Amino acid sequence: MAILTKEQAQTLLKKVLSYSKADECEVGLNGSEGGNIRYARNAVSTAGDISNLTLSVSATFGKKTGTATINEFSDAALERVVRRAEELAQLAPENPEYVPLLGPQTYKESITWVPATAAITPDTRAEAVAKSIKVAKEANLQSAGYIENTSSFTAMANSKGLFAYNKDTDVVFSITTRNEAGTGSGYAARGYNDISKLDTHSATKISASKANGSAGARAIEPGKYTVILEPVAGAYMLENMFRGLDARSADEGRSFMSKPGGGNRLGEQLMDEKVNLYSDPFNAELPSNTWSRDGFPLERTSWIDKGVVKNLAYNRYWAQQKNVQPVPFPSNMIMTGGDASLEELIKSTEKGILISRLWYIRMVDPQSLLLTGLTRDGTFYIENGQIKFPIKNMRFNESPVIMLNNVEALGKPERTISIESYRSYLIPPMKIRDFTFTSLSDAI
Amino acid sequence: MTGMGLGATLLPKMPAFGKEVPLDSPWTTIDPAIKKQMADIALNQATSKGATYADVRIGRYLNQYVVTRENKVQNITNTESYGIGIRVIANGSWGFAATDKTDADGIAKATALAVEIAKENARLLKEPVILAPQKGYGEVQWKAPIEKNAFEVPIKEKVDLLLSVNDAAMKGGANYVNSILFLVNEQKYFASTDGSYIDQDIHRIWPTFTITKIDEATGKFETRNALSAPMGMGYEYLNARPTDKIKSVTTLYKQRYDMLEDARNGAAEVQQKMKAKSVEAGKYDLVLDPSHLWLTIHESVGHPTELDRVLGYEANFAGTSFLTLDKWQSKNFNFGSKLVNIMADKTQPGSLGAVGYDDEGVATREWPLIKDGILTNYQTIRDQAHILGLDSSQGCCYADNWSSVQFQRMPNVSLQPGAGNQSANDLIKNVEKGIYIIGDSSYSIDQQRYNFQFSGQLYFEIKEGKIAGMLKDVAYQSNTQEFWNSCAAVAGKEDYRLGGSFFDGKGQPSQSSAVSHGASTARFNGVNVINTARKI
Repeated sequence: MAILTKEQAQTLLKKVLSYSKADECEVGLNGSEGGNIRYARNAVSTAGDISNLTLSVSATFGKKTGTATINEFSDAALERVVRRAEELAQLAPENPEYVPLLGPQTYKESITWVPATAAITPDTRAEAVAKSIKVAKEANLQSAGYIENTSSFTAMANSKGLFAYNKDTDVVFSITTRNEAGTGSGYAARGYNDISKLDTHSATKISASKANGSAGARAIEPGKYTVILEPVAGAYMLENMFRGLDARSADEGRSFMSKPGGGNRLGEQLMDEKVNLYSDPFNAELPSNTWSRDGFPLERTSWIDKGVVKNLAYNRYWAQQKNVQPVPFPSNMIMTGGDASLEELIKSTEKGILISRLWYIRMVDPQSLLLTGLTRDGTFYIENGQIKFPIKNMRFNESPVIMLNNVEALGKPERTISIESYRSYLIPPMKIRDFTFTSLSDAI
Repeated sequence: MTGMGLGATLLPKMPAFGKEVPLDSPWTTIDPAIKKQMADIALNQATSKGATYADVRIGRYLNQYVVTRENKVQNITNTESYGIGIRVIANGSWGFAATDKTDADGIAKATALAVEIAKENARLLKEPVILAPQKGYGEVQWKAPIEKNAFEVPIKEKVDLLLSVNDAAMKGGANYVNSILFLVNEQKYFASTDGSYIDQDIHRIWPTFTITKIDEATGKFETRNALSAPMGMGYEYLNARPTDKIKSVTTLYKQRYDMLEDARNGAAEVQQKMKAKSVEAGKYDLVLDPSHLWLTIHESVGHPTELDRVLGYEANFAGTSFLTLDKWQSKNFNFGSKLVNIMADKTQPGSLGAVGYDDEGVATREWPLIKDGILTNYQTIRDQAHILGLDSSQGCCYADNWSSVQFQRMPNVSLQPGAGNQSANDLIKNVEKGIYIIGDSSYSIDQQRYNFQFSGQLYFEIKEGKIAGMLKDVAYQSNTQEFWNSCAAVAGKEDYRLGGSFFDGKGQPSQSSAVSHGASTARFNGVNVINTARKI
């Protein structure tokens, strides 16, 4: 069984710690169980089930640390892995950045585990996929999709008495539908902790309507346009920015958060005042892990407040260097918005482009956070508040920082996933002016 | 898509590829006789549960990475991942299950689950899986032809190398330097109901760095990454040999790499980059070094010739391909100019793709994809070969771990050298207005592989046949077919080198594979270059 209860994990980790003779010792357990189905051309292609449990031990003498792990759990094996870690610590070079372990912390119970999701069996997945394929067939489209559910837990404990535990369930679903002629393509993606929220029928309906609506796309001249980014497009774009909310790289002068003249942009008005970003592991729509990798309790934290940089992450070493409190990296990210629906954003747009999905986003320049990528699976021209016609896909070169300075309006936030990392976010649809397209693509 | 850029790999806390093992653990392998016993448990269980075909992969995947910055070692980690993956066909459908419980009971249970999944999914099939015939090879072995097992080189030697590289960069004027040595060993055992028991030992190495220069007053910074390539080699890759160096505007490397020299050059060049002229957007003739061109080949030739993409199996993630079957069937689809000859192989010595047998027990080979500019073939595995009318698989099946299901992955895909023996300098001297690009950086391409954009590490302006100084803020955009048809010259075989990636991402759940791309320096006429400078 790869999923241990809190009590089982604590008992096991305490036993491992009891073997330690090091100055400091940290132990971790990680287990997951899950399954998936891929389908394409309206039929299943591959499917699998994976289960794994691992234990790691880090022992420290002074500032010398060694790490060893195993997947055997007999008493002899547990003692052996601790001895190995200790031997390694004596061989390892001294790390001047080593910071002593945290003492006991208090964590609120997480809300990330949903029993119904943990109870998924191969036939649950097959049923969800059957519903999706049925919609595609009825719409005369070819479907390709993916469903994956995972149950997992992580636990850590250390020789100073810290113990942390979290268990989590997750299900992700994505669907692409294409017409037979290959002239139209649509997409939808969903991610939840709770399987009961997943409706593969309605998601496939949306994908099908994008596929049929995108056929016969016309070319327009690349350039600067007002765009409406659906949440799945916006999340992928912003994810690249979230990764850069780090004080050290900013202070070192090698990030978009670096300030000319030295230091970082904390406190600076970097974006439009409509922009608010925060993390909160207890958000009911987007619950997440309640502690960081180094054992800090995670609480609601504001990162961008009315466009002002409110927090950057400081690891414990860097916080010590800068004489500030450590700020752990968040386990989720939420962007606030308004009440407007996507349809209302479209209605309020005189001329613009609706972007259903973005694709293959990569960093061009870390200094300005310039990203390039393309539109995909449904790009539409808007005129006088209405979708007029589908347009051909285009490549953009744009920075999310510049983009968040050009916010015209934000809609109602929705839970969505990044199409590359599969991480979930709460992101509103965004209406952005002067979004820069640099070339046309023939891809459908 | 190439999933992880260099920046991500240089983070001090690398994503673990498996569980960590002791640093002083001697390099060992598992007796094939034990693996055969385990495999037979699964094969017997699968057939007794009703599978018509089964294969078993028992994998021990070792990684070691040493991560440093300036004068500090940030992380030394050994990881090991050991387990078994069982794939079956039952009721005409694939099923797969994987477990780290490798006792007889654990293997039997996982096998039964794989059969259950196959039967459950059979109702979602349109037609049963058709496998190309494959003979069993009996009990065979293949070992990568390495000279020095990098896992047996003491940690101290590796740490000393990286710290001396960092020291050279810092003495050369860098503000920061991050360096990493990344080692991979795949010990893979494959067995199938066709009667193969294949034991393989595969080694890979990737030494790399990023040197950063900052101008604190303006807040500007530039980086220069290593010009090494990840290779399917042992520690001998780091044994610098003069015969493997090409002296150009910088030093370029063939089958051996001089990391210390590259760091010295990098420190000098990153300072030149700070002062380089911002490019004027427009059309240029590009002269692309193999350290850059490999990635353009990977994205614009390697991916669109994957048959699973062409057929729609990757439509939901990586996408489909503009190289549809009708273009191949026409036998005259003009992919590139007549100079463009591109081969696929899983056999090139020192390459990342080289193995004796693929992950469904097919002996590896070499075949043409583009011949004299014409599309001639794709990349296939056993359940696709019949679609092309082939009587056997091309051996392109791969899984990145015992816990991942194998599927079609890119072999090495390489541009063949030109017939003459031109050097990069010979190509440059014929260019009136151009840019010479060295090293890879940003990359992006659409889901059918038409429109792409690439950047590099070093850009040199070419004016009337001569190098006229360094440029910055360069990216080029093109369309695959237009680009390869603009290929006007390819240097000779003396200039041929491999580039590659450890992290080519594909599939759901996403898997990484390592792949090499060979090329000699090549010229492309009239390519659209944009200026990427922005202010925030």
